[in-house]
Amino acid sequence: MMELFTLCFEFFKTGLFAVGGGLATLPFLTQMQQKYQWFTATDLANMIAVSESTPGPIGVNMATYVGYMTKGIGGGLTATLSLILPSLIVILIIARALDKYQKSPIIQNMFAFMRPAVTGLIAAAGMSVLKISLLTQGETFFSSLNWVAIALFAIFLALTQVKALKKIHPIAYIAVGAVVGVLLQM
Amino acid sequence: MKLLWELYRAFFTIGALTFGGGYAMLPMLEREIVNKHKWSTQEELLNYFAIGQCTPGVIAVNTATFVGYNIKGITGGIAATLGVVSPSLIIITLIAMLLENFMDIVWVQHAFAGIRVAVCALIGSSVIKLAKSNLKKWWHAALAVGAFIVVAFGLSPVYVVVACAVLSFIFGKKVNQA
Repeated sequence: MMELFTLCFEFFKTGLFAVGGGLATLPFLTQMQQKYQWFTATDLANMIAVSESTPGPIGVNMATYVGYMTKGIGGGLTATLSLILPSLIVILIIARALDKYQKSPIIQNMFAFMRPAVTGLIAAAGMSVLKISLLTQGETFFSSLNWVAIALFAIFLALTQVKALKKIHPIAYIAVGAVVGVLLQM
Repeated sequence: MKLLWELYRAFFTIGALTFGGGYAMLPMLEREIVNKHKWSTQEELLNYFAIGQCTPGVIAVNTATFVGYNIKGITGGIAATLGVVSPSLIIITLIAMLLENFMDIVWVQHAFAGIRVAVCALIGSSVIKLAKSNLKKWWHAALAVGAFIVVAFGLSPVYVVVACAVLSFIFGKKVNQA
């Protein structure tokens, strides 16, 4: 019961402070992972993969997954409903004064400051995923580098930057990653 | 009641057929909201979508709440929001249950090791895209680096968001004039 309450609190917080959509919930999830150890960092990386390759908003998918991993079906339901509750409340409050809200210089200023910061937040969360995906257990930093994974990462990242390939869906990368992982026994 | 059910169903369809959320859902929104049900004009929809981006939370959820509220008040907002998250709840729960049982198989583990590398590259490309559109002045870069350091040291991202709000009150005017 206590765990459900904590899930509810953590995801309400995420829904209230995750600004910028898509991966914006990720920094909150890495924080949760470090704080509660409900799931491992590897689990989290797997969840991102599943959330990106199934229908539905990524933030909602991740909440359902994290909730399920923590406390089964009830956990998934709790996490998802807690994530959307702040959106519902905030929007129902400002709905009457929509135009005023959107054009308010205070709000626009706030978002001018938040957007660059969110870039840094997502980059930091990405680093923790990078760490568990590209490093193995090793005595020193150098000996723990997984060169096959690093090479594959470099190739994938380069491909995402090719203009002609911009339209390729993330699922394609995930599928290729799965095949290469099996073939190379990663 | 019938309208609430229709709202729920329309947003269920949008949630079930959109991969990736965010901008990927715009075409589906147009089809269901503007063309099929004529609940709003194209222009109104784009406006809702824009506001959905500058309120906290998941953009798809925010947009659903806005559209629902405008059609049928508070209950409409709730129906649309529940509709857009229902497919995720069902699909993700099923996949999580399946994976729990298959994660012990060796080649599934190999596949996920490869998949995690692909995920890193996808996050990397998102960060590059965000940096290109959000980091245009020196203080933008300073905010991003500051946020990165705060979170890398294990502090909650909540502090970063609150700090940005405070900074925008103090320096907002100055920055806008510059």
